[in-house]
Amino acid sequence: MNELDEFRAEVAAWLMENRPRAPDFLLPESFMEVGSDRQFHYLRDWQQQVYEAGYLGMAWPQEYGGGGMDQVYQNIVTDEMARLNVPFMTNTIGLNWAGPLILAIGTDEEKQRYIRNILSAEEIWCQGFSEPDNGSDLGNVQTRAVRDGDEYVINGSKIWTSLGSYAKHMILLARTDPHGENKYAGLSYFLAPMDVAGVRVQPIRKLTGEYGFTQTFFEDARIPASCLMGAEGQGWQIAMSTLTFERGAAGGQAGGLSMVVVRVADVVELARHAMRDGRPSIEDPHVRDELVKFLIEEQGDRLCESRSRIPALCSERPGSIALSGKLRGTELRRRLCQFAISLQGANGALWVGDRDAVADGKWQRSYFNAFSATIGGGTSQVQANIVAERVLGLPKS
Amino acid sequence: MSETPVSSAVNFSDEQSMLLDTAVEFFRDTSPMSYVRSQLATETGFAENLWREMVDLGWLGLAVPEAYGGSGLGLAEAVSIAEPMGRHLCNCPFLSCQMAIQVLLAGGDEQQRGRWLPRLAQGAIASVAVIERDGDWSLVRPTCSAIRQDERIALSGVKTFAVDAGVAELLVVSVEFEGEPALVLLENSGLPEGALTRQRVIDETRRSFRLDLDGIEADAADLITSRAALGALAAIRDTALLLITAEACGGTAGVLDVIVDYLNTRTQFGRLIGSYQALKHPAVDILIGLERARSHLYHAASVIGDAELALGALGMAKAQACDAFAYAGDRSIQFHGAFGFTYECDAQLFLRRALWCQYQFGDALHHRKHLADLLL
Ligand SMILES: Cc1cc2nc3c(=O)[nH]c(=O)nc-3n(C[C@H](O)[C@H](O)[C@H](O)COP(=O)(O)OP(=O)(O)OC[C@H]3O[C@@H](n4cnc5c(N)ncnc54)[C@H](O)[C@@H]3O)c2cc1C
Repeated sequence: MNELDEFRAEVAAWLMENRPRAPDFLLPESFMEVGSDRQFHYLRDWQQQVYEAGYLGMAWPQEYGGGGMDQVYQNIVTDEMARLNVPFMTNTIGLNWAGPLILAIGTDEEKQRYIRNILSAEEIWCQGFSEPDNGSDLGNVQTRAVRDGDEYVINGSKIWTSLGSYAKHMILLARTDPHGENKYAGLSYFLAPMDVAGVRVQPIRKLTGEYGFTQTFFEDARIPASCLMGAEGQGWQIAMSTLTFERGAAGGQAGGLSMVVVRVADVVELARHAMRDGRPSIEDPHVRDELVKFLIEEQGDRLCESRSRIPALCSERPGSIALSGKLRGTELRRRLCQFAISLQGANGALWVGDRDAVADGKWQRSYFNAFSATIGGGTSQVQANIVAERVLGLPKS
Repeated sequence: MSETPVSSAVNFSDEQSMLLDTAVEFFRDTSPMSYVRSQLATETGFAENLWREMVDLGWLGLAVPEAYGGSGLGLAEAVSIAEPMGRHLCNCPFLSCQMAIQVLLAGGDEQQRGRWLPRLAQGAIASVAVIERDGDWSLVRPTCSAIRQDERIALSGVKTFAVDAGVAELLVVSVEFEGEPALVLLENSGLPEGALTRQRVIDETRRSFRLDLDGIEADAADLITSRAALGALAAIRDTALLLITAEACGGTAGVLDVIVDYLNTRTQFGRLIGSYQALKHPAVDILIGLERARSHLYHAASVIGDAELALGALGMAKAQACDAFAYAGDRSIQFHGAFGFTYECDAQLFLRRALWCQYQFGDALHHRKHLADLLL
């Protein structure tokens, strides 16, 4: 066994030994759906445990709390977490976008102040980009930030804020100059505290009936001027690099899962037990064909990861695999969950909590929750625009 | 799920990378659309000097062992040639020859290899005839027959899709012999007048023939039988699946270029048509289909030496690549408007090639059916 294989075995053993016991309540399926205190504490404790064992932020600099190791080790850990289906890391926004952003362009002071607590889940981060009237058109955000001495005064509202109820900090995109030469020019980027007067968080109920994200209201909320990242007017540019981390199109993330992994193999299992005309669904030629299509897609995406590490096989369109990753993965997940419901016959219409629901209604809930990722972080349609424009060189819509 | 081995390995050596670079440049230079069109109505479908150059580059001997005058590489390296060849819709007997080479390696005896491999490495052309008039893709149920008559073998029946047979020196033909599938190695020069007739095929770059075996005789020494024959048939299948997948990936990239060019040139309602999402988003779907297909392709190339892994990998690759190409070909017509409906528009050349690839050696549905039995 080589060193990496040994490491993989060690990680797997640790995860098996330490994975938290399944709770007696439903866990969220991604960091975007953490809606109750017990869900939150369960997940926060787990992240803390993983970090303390040295399995998170392994490639981040040691001086800020990281492991200072090569990225391959973290990738192995993340792989094993997926394989063993352990709970995800709830502080995803800190770990995988605010964190790498701070490490990439933040001051030393900001790195000292924030990085370690991101890893330990001591301080949860949320993202204040979307507004009620400005979602896909992010450049149009209207929340105001006005400089007043050594403070900024914030007014406006952010919405669909994942983890908004639990966050200590928000990466906030706000308008410092309403008269910029274009809509992008007047935007600025803040690492804003949530625990100041004038910030109010209101939970929003999701389509599953559970709580998940929040709306955040700013009413003359005063934050220290030192919260400004970069300079005034650089907000758009910094927001764009945040999104590059968020969509996985640039490396540097702390690692770990940010959602429950859904596998085609699980749907194959389901098809073995679901019945059609007195026979298991898995014998139905149409079902078989659909399952194999999913297997081909799933394996195709896995192989795209492998191929993307070989520059000679990506030279024509170097950004293609990374930039299309979110679109491919999230749409596959949504369709797969949708298909899993279709295998259940009349029980496809049952919901979580019914005693006859297949797998406690997990697939129905997963299907609904799958939209979190086809909408959040840039909708699939917007992702398709981005791939078309940046990878294929097509004109803007 | 049953314990079928899965691998996500994609390996690509410097050798393969260099070959790919050379081949990309070679086909871009030698096979522009004007060349492809100039060959549509010719007898052979390719320029003699193009073939000579490929031979001189050593590409025909790539997978032939050094002992027989080749360079001792394998099919994985042949992918580096076939992908850019497909991209430029270049027709030539490269695939047919690779199949014949693999037949000899998998099932040929010493005498058969010694007779043919050195010639094939030097660019002698071969054709493989394993399909019959019913169009069944199953390779192990030939109805054409070979019957022993004293020292000779009498053949009968009709084969179709003997691709490149018109210029081939060697024909590899599947037959039923003593109740089992077998292959017979026929020298083209020994065929009676009229045994080969051109088929009209959807892809006009291709040259495919019907082979009437009635009255043709072979020598018993030219037969490959029983286990060796099954191995050789499997080699034909694997070679075809891998290299057609490579051509289909290349073709998809080629037609995507044609689409993107037009979407960036044609204006309607005062805007470039590429700004309309009804065209733009399907173009992304094509790209995604292509990326997945290429990943499957190079994975299949990486595991081609492992029969167990290769079986699933090749089926997946062929299904993904041919569906992606067929979709791209179909959309390429629509996205060119009435110009797309013309013979002059290059889109039709790609659509024809896409359908050729889809229906050679099993379409996507066929492969998914077999994958279901393997994986579910
Ligand atoms: C579960 C979840 C969690 C989220 N968490 C956060 C968070 O933590 N922080 C945060 O800031 N935001 C968050 N979001 C918000 C998310 O980023 C936005 O929902 C998203 O960017 C889309 O904006 P919108 O909802 O206003 O939809 P709209 O932009 O109004 O879009 C409506 C429809 O129009 C389509 N559309 C819009 N523009 C175009 C176009 N140019 N071309 C084609 N189609 C278009 C969209 O695809 C969509 O189908 C979250 C969303 C969800 C669902």
